[in-house]
Amino acid sequence: MKLISYKLPDPRGYFGPYGGQFVPETLMIALEELTAFYGEAKKDPSFHAELNYYLQQYAGRPTPLYYAEGLTRYAGGAKIYLKREDLTHTGAHKINNTIGQVLLARRMGKRKVVAETGAGQHGVATATAAARFGMECTVFMGEEDVRRQELNVYRMRLLGAQVESVTSGSRTLKDAMNEAIRYWVTHVRDTYYVLGSVGGPHPYPTIVRDFQKVIGEETKAQILAQEGKLPDLIVACVGGGSNAIGMFYPFLEDDVRLIGVEAAGLGLESGRHAATLSRGKVGVLHGAKSYVLQDDRGQIVEAHSISAGLDYPGVGPEHAYLKDIGRVEYTAVTDEEALDAFKLLAYTEGILPALESAHAVAKGVKLAREMRPDEIVVINLSGRGDKDVYTVARELGVTLGE
Amino acid sequence: MSRIGPMFSEKRIRGEKALITYTMGGDPDLSLSLEIIKTLAASGADLIEVGLPFSDPLADGPVIQKAGQRALAADSGPEEVLALIAAARKDLSLPLVIMSYLNPIFQIGIDEFLRRAAGAGADGLIIPDLPAEEGEEIRAAAAGYGLDLIPLVAPTTGQKRLEKIVSQASGFIYCVSVTGVTGARDNLPVEVIPLLERVQAATKLPVCLGFGISTPEQAMLAAPHCDGIIVGSALVALVEEYTRNKINKQEMLKLMAERVAALKLALRES
Repeated sequence: MKLISYKLPDPRGYFGPYGGQFVPETLMIALEELTAFYGEAKKDPSFHAELNYYLQQYAGRPTPLYYAEGLTRYAGGAKIYLKREDLTHTGAHKINNTIGQVLLARRMGKRKVVAETGAGQHGVATATAAARFGMECTVFMGEEDVRRQELNVYRMRLLGAQVESVTSGSRTLKDAMNEAIRYWVTHVRDTYYVLGSVGGPHPYPTIVRDFQKVIGEETKAQILAQEGKLPDLIVACVGGGSNAIGMFYPFLEDDVRLIGVEAAGLGLESGRHAATLSRGKVGVLHGAKSYVLQDDRGQIVEAHSISAGLDYPGVGPEHAYLKDIGRVEYTAVTDEEALDAFKLLAYTEGILPALESAHAVAKGVKLAREMRPDEIVVINLSGRGDKDVYTVARELGVTLGE
Repeated sequence: MSRIGPMFSEKRIRGEKALITYTMGGDPDLSLSLEIIKTLAASGADLIEVGLPFSDPLADGPVIQKAGQRALAADSGPEEVLALIAAARKDLSLPLVIMSYLNPIFQIGIDEFLRRAAGAGADGLIIPDLPAEEGEEIRAAAAGYGLDLIPLVAPTTGQKRLEKIVSQASGFIYCVSVTGVTGARDNLPVEVIPLLERVQAATKLPVCLGFGISTPEQAMLAAPHCDGIIVGSALVALVEEYTRNKINKQEMLKLMAERVAALKLALRES
């Protein structure tokens, strides 16, 4: 593997040819303001102290790096560790970023936040951070996802957020993001946009990466403490790509194989998937240049995945760059394989993973099987599967009571 | 060369303000879209913006979003809009401008798209998701084909950005009246007039006001402070009424002609 020295993005927010700021002029002031405030916050020890306090005392960090003995025995190859982001407050890595961004919004003097959500985890995490810091919160969610993720919609409402059901386009995450950006264009003067993944215009991909890199930093320290060496392989799922960047970033300059797993849905050849890096073309969506699922007329096409959180036709620009330079390998896992991995982790470890994370589990187990027992695989368990129980039941032909 | 500069010069000599109208290319279908363009021209439009439909239009409100969906459903895309411009150009001498998000242009290839746009008889482009910072490649290519790249200025644009934007601009400056998306609104915000004055102080290029303008009264109010007004959603809404069978085709074209004529009259009287 090629070792690299890595210092991106450049000052204009580009990771090689990817990234940038492709937004309506009205929002440019907000991005300039955010860049300036984040630049200051990043240098301010009191900001980091505050962030760390809430990550530890409120969100439950550090999360364990758990040796999955049952899963290792099942795979019969490399030792498998799980980074337990599912054990954070609200049940997914999303909380790392929303606490960070809401603290940033507060520093900027904003009292209102807006967010988009697919599976609802980012919406719940934003509503949670907003509630904790006394901010008004509006969350846009596609009508289709509102249906699929009823439990998370209710959680957001209990947390005091206004949930807006989006009926345009494919009624999923991409359309929720369009509406959230339109709302932000209209309310830009008093509203902070809490972006949920490593996509969107600069500086968001960098901000979200910086708030999520705690996952990889902890993993590095934990594996060194537990095994005295770095892992041989790290696997994480990729929709927009925030948990994966958070895990990979601290290892980019190390001799560790990194694999991002996209959703192959019904199969890469079926046309019903969300495998943006595997099957997309370079384009501009939601403010950034990256790989995008689109037709030959440049129209964005609908993505499909059993997991609402991976069901997005774009991907963070940093992933696009890491793919191009070959530092991270990107592959895809089908709905069926993810569902099998969901059941496997439940049976072998007593853990219900989020369907998103189940994609990483499927790939991680498959590769661990081909590796030696003295080798180490870390799988990022980005979230817990409670929210997916209804989806899984439906897929398995089980009807749950109302 | 672009017809935009000469059109505004002529208007200035006559002491008139320009009426710019927007229509979605291919909405509700390509042949009716051509008739709509001709109707807009015949009833007083001085410049027509033709929208290129896009699945994810970030700067547009519901009326134009739906128009884009109708056009896409009727199989309109970049090729069709270029053909539409070429067809309209055969009969019309007024400036035609393509309004498109970046991605469809990007797929054809920036240089290829601009070459074909110029060949079809377009005079310029408006790209709402291309701020000044990202436009260098397109600006250079557009200039090479004699196309104007018309920038947008928003109420949130500060003085430094404004100077940067106007220094790179050609054609005219598109001033956005509100912090928000396209769509008719009842009132123009009071901050519009200082914004227009600020932009005019920064450039010699014509300055036009769009987003939210739908009525002759609003046109009269804004006209003394700018070189032209841009009306979109209020006209596109008539196409929506037609597609919902609320009005028939002749009625739609007649109402559109009347609306344009009324706006034109308001601009003459202002």
